[in-house]
Amino acid sequence: MNNSAQNDKYVFNFNFDEYLDIETYKQRGGFSALESALKEEQDNVIKKIKQSGLKGRGGAAFPSGIKLEMVNRAEGAEKYIICNADEGEPGTFKDRFIMTHIPYQLLEGITIAAYAAGAEKGFLYIRHEYPKPRKRMEQAIKELEEAGYLGKNILGSNFSLELQIFSGAGSYLCGEETALLASIEGKKGRPQIKPPFPTQSGYKGFPTLIHNVETLTNIPKIIEKGPEWYTSLGTDDSHGTKLISLSGDVKNRGLYEVPFGTSFHEIIYEYGGGPLEGHTVKAVNIGGASGVLVPPDRLHVSLEYGTCAEEEITIGSGAVFVLDERRDILDNVHNRVRFFLHESCGKCTPCREGLRQANILLERFRNAEASYNDLEKLERYTRVMQDASFCGLGQAAGNSLKTSFHYYRDEYISKIRNEEPAEVIA
Amino acid sequence: MNNNVEITLNGNKISVPAYISIMEAAKRNGINLPSLCHHPDQRVKAHCRVCVVEVEGRKNLVPSCSTQVADGMVIKTNTARVRETVKTIVELILADHPQECLTCIRNGNCELRQLSDKLGLTNIQAEPSVKRYPIDLSSSTLVRDNNKCIKCGRCAEVCHHVQEVGILYSHNRSTEICISPEYGKKLSEVSCVHCGQCVLACPVGAIYEKDETSKVWDAIQDPEKHVIVQTAPSIRVSIAEEFGLPAGNVSTGKLVSALRNLGFDKIFDTDFAADVTIMEEGNELLQRLKTGGTLPMLTSCSPGWINYIEQYYPELLAHVSSCKSPQQMFGALAKTYYSKVSGIPAEKIFVVSIMPCTAKKYEAQREEMRDSGFQDVDVALTTRELGRMLRSTGTDFSTLPEGQYDEPMGDSTGAAAIFGATGGVMEAALRTVYEVLTGEELKKLEFEEVRGMEGVKSSTVDIAGSPVKVAVAHGLSNAKKILESIKSGKADYTFIEVMCCPGGCIGGGGQPYGSTNARRQERIEALYRLDKDMELRKSHENPAVKKLYDDFLGCPLGETSHKLLHTHYSDRSA
Ligand SMILES: Cc1cc2nc3c(=O)[nH]c(=O)nc-3n(C[C@H](O)[C@H](O)[C@H](O)COP(=O)(O)O)c2cc1C
Ligand code: SF4
Ligand code: SF4
Ligand code: SF4
Ligand code: SF4
Repeated sequence: MNNSAQNDKYVFNFNFDEYLDIETYKQRGGFSALESALKEEQDNVIKKIKQSGLKGRGGAAFPSGIKLEMVNRAEGAEKYIICNADEGEPGTFKDRFIMTHIPYQLLEGITIAAYAAGAEKGFLYIRHEYPKPRKRMEQAIKELEEAGYLGKNILGSNFSLELQIFSGAGSYLCGEETALLASIEGKKGRPQIKPPFPTQSGYKGFPTLIHNVETLTNIPKIIEKGPEWYTSLGTDDSHGTKLISLSGDVKNRGLYEVPFGTSFHEIIYEYGGGPLEGHTVKAVNIGGASGVLVPPDRLHVSLEYGTCAEEEITIGSGAVFVLDERRDILDNVHNRVRFFLHESCGKCTPCREGLRQANILLERFRNAEASYNDLEKLERYTRVMQDASFCGLGQAAGNSLKTSFHYYRDEYISKIRNEEPAEVIA
Repeated sequence: MNNNVEITLNGNKISVPAYISIMEAAKRNGINLPSLCHHPDQRVKAHCRVCVVEVEGRKNLVPSCSTQVADGMVIKTNTARVRETVKTIVELILADHPQECLTCIRNGNCELRQLSDKLGLTNIQAEPSVKRYPIDLSSSTLVRDNNKCIKCGRCAEVCHHVQEVGILYSHNRSTEICISPEYGKKLSEVSCVHCGQCVLACPVGAIYEKDETSKVWDAIQDPEKHVIVQTAPSIRVSIAEEFGLPAGNVSTGKLVSALRNLGFDKIFDTDFAADVTIMEEGNELLQRLKTGGTLPMLTSCSPGWINYIEQYYPELLAHVSSCKSPQQMFGALAKTYYSKVSGIPAEKIFVVSIMPCTAKKYEAQREEMRDSGFQDVDVALTTRELGRMLRSTGTDFSTLPEGQYDEPMGDSTGAAAIFGATGGVMEAALRTVYEVLTGEELKKLEFEEVRGMEGVKSSTVDIAGSPVKVAVAHGLSNAKKILESIKSGKADYTFIEVMCCPGGCIGGGGQPYGSTNARRQERIEALYRLDKDMELRKSHENPAVKKLYDDFLGCPLGETSHKLLHTHYSDRSA
């Protein structure tokens, strides 16, 4: 199911066995978007992004055009752009792919976005565990600087962009934008209070545009082919395509560019070839560790921001992990709770203590020593964690728990020692 | 900012200023939302999450401390969802907290305990997860018990942003998170100035002063000992708060009676020593001016401040007045002058001070503070420790009779009274220096420009035709500003008063819990009222002080003064 090189239905135009060099990228129209953008007013570029309806692909799905405009309009002696390549969500490998296969398209996107936002300095915040993509990006930045696409007076214009690579601090939480900012500033990578949002006060207090790798890599195509072309992809609700990192118990694991509107069933059965021979799908985890568990009978839901929000499915970074009947749901949920417990910064109570308790309680369920009251507690702590945590980590840490209570309640009940529902405890 | 917005709070439509938080809006309209990490004088942290409320249109609950009101906002603070959440959060905190209330130093005034009571929490269902950390007893003044820490961050905030000493950090992540000096060091291994502001900030019993009340009880019980007590200027306007009375009460007479009830043999006043300090310090300033000594001269009565400059700016020590603090002048005089006058041998005299300050404990123990031939001050208790002693003896503060300080170290002036407020030492010194230099009577005693809570204040005073530029700083972050300006040669002041704690001694780290800036302001006003109502308001007019010089010391800066009342400092930088 690889996407063919010049297909007009796709934004990424990659081949898996191809590692694009700068010349090939140029031959395929590379940098034409940058050239034309630099000749336009910044507001025009912003307008096109707005018209395209592009939304952030890092998880929060905030409209990119609006963010660009906010940074453009913000007061600041300097402005910054940060490309978030922390890619910490387990089961997600799209940003790594972009960086190793099509680094120029990403850098072109960064440069156009920086121009529109009015940012002349920036960082590429690359996950600590990604030394190879980092090397590739270092090299690509150098090539672009030499070719005049980056650095001082890009393509003879007044616009300059100084781009630096920053190696992530090695924690999942550093992908959260305010923690990321703290980490670049040399502080502990913990989330900060919003507002102020980074668009007003980001790196060192300057207005800062923070976008995910995938979001930025969309931009050259939107400029090159126009927002109308972009809105023709996907659905009325969600334009364009989404990179899906498909893994788990499915025949064809890998990375797919999927137009919005495709159902999760199609993603798993057509793109992924369905479950492994002789096995059946038991659950699908959508959105990575911070995502939800979806039972097979809900896979008809289509990949769309609006629909998924209604169905309480988190698209997140686009990770889809298939679990077949051999997997234990409680195992899976417990692993994730342990992951978050390890990654929590610990500063707010619901996340720190809620995860601590969830870990203890899940252990008890897995040992078949739990009670009904334990289930009540686990549900209550999960709700509080989701509802009252400081940042997205704690808020999302309960997603898989919550959906597991809803769709896989039997698995919990079967682990309860005393089958009699306990008296309500005051 | 006069803009108001309309909000709906639990169904009530109200108009509130646009820039305030939901928490503040609720407070102004009859609802105190719970909070643990929030402190009215600190930046908002939003860590503890017990202040969450429901806001229409928001998916999640929002913290009321960090969320600003907006026009049309519909807020609910007591829905089932909010109540269950808040209660659960407190339950989660308690599961990770030793249940030692009955024997805890904060038993009567712990914010966590009060919150648990307020919420009617009767059952902790969460699994107990308390880990045992060793209690840090290494500091000579403070105890840190990490087991009781609820990770609110208030201590670190005050240490970094109010004091800018910055030795408390939050380390590690997840359930291992820990607030302590860097790399988990002990308090004695870092350059702590013993100011105790972290103690005041802590909502629970995780940092507190080393309690020395039993030493005092033992001394009182010992028939061989003549136990005398001195009370710092600021205690008389704060001790009542230890009994739940409002801030800003002047309770000098009741304080004296309370101490007499405890069994002290003599009740003296540090204010007497404060007047002596002015005599010595004023004359030192005049001498520096005459002989071209190091200027600006910096005051030396605040031991936390002395710790700070010794550890962080030792290169500027020559600026610091050689005068001991009033506490230590008192101690040295008690075991010499008072011993002589009373005929009680110095080795039998046991000097207790009631101080607003934890650094006073450190100061009393310094090697330099033994000029009487003995440890000049035996025990320095904080206001809180005195409160504890008094409560344990059934003291009903409000109905105590009005007592009188004893002779010969009980008389004082209004100048000494205001020592407890930021700017007070400066004002007291100016009253005396002016009259000594000009030989004329000062017409207006109030130096308004050096009063008040502003961090750094300055003024130019005309003395005998020459302008004298003075400055006042309180809180070490402000002291730092002054020191930096001296270092860069930009400080053209003659005399600078520095107090370690915000508001001066009335805001010291040994004062009653709940010492917010608003309360500090009330205490300051009480001191100025006290000064205004006094007959004598200038240190050099204190008859007991005159007698001290006539009978014992000779003259200010004389040989005996030099031996007993002055000291030296050392470079203690790490
Ligand atoms: C715990 C946590 C981890 C995150 N990790 C990442 C990440 O690895 N990469 C990323 O692009 N965004 C991550 N985000 C989202 C960012 O905070 C931010 O919303 C995003 O970088 C904005 O880019 P976008 O508008 O292009 O989505 C994370 C958020 C949270 C709460
Ligand atoms: S939700 Fe978790 S990761 Fe986020 S601030 Fe709270 S403790 Fe830290
Ligand atoms: S700190 Fe408060 S809650 Fe904790 S043991 Fe002491 S009194 Fe009880
Ligand atoms: S006593 Fe003062 S300097 Fe020491 S830790 Fe507390 S706030 Fe910091
Ligand atoms: S020691 Fe006290 S003030 Fe400091 S974080 Fe712990 S509970 Fe808060």
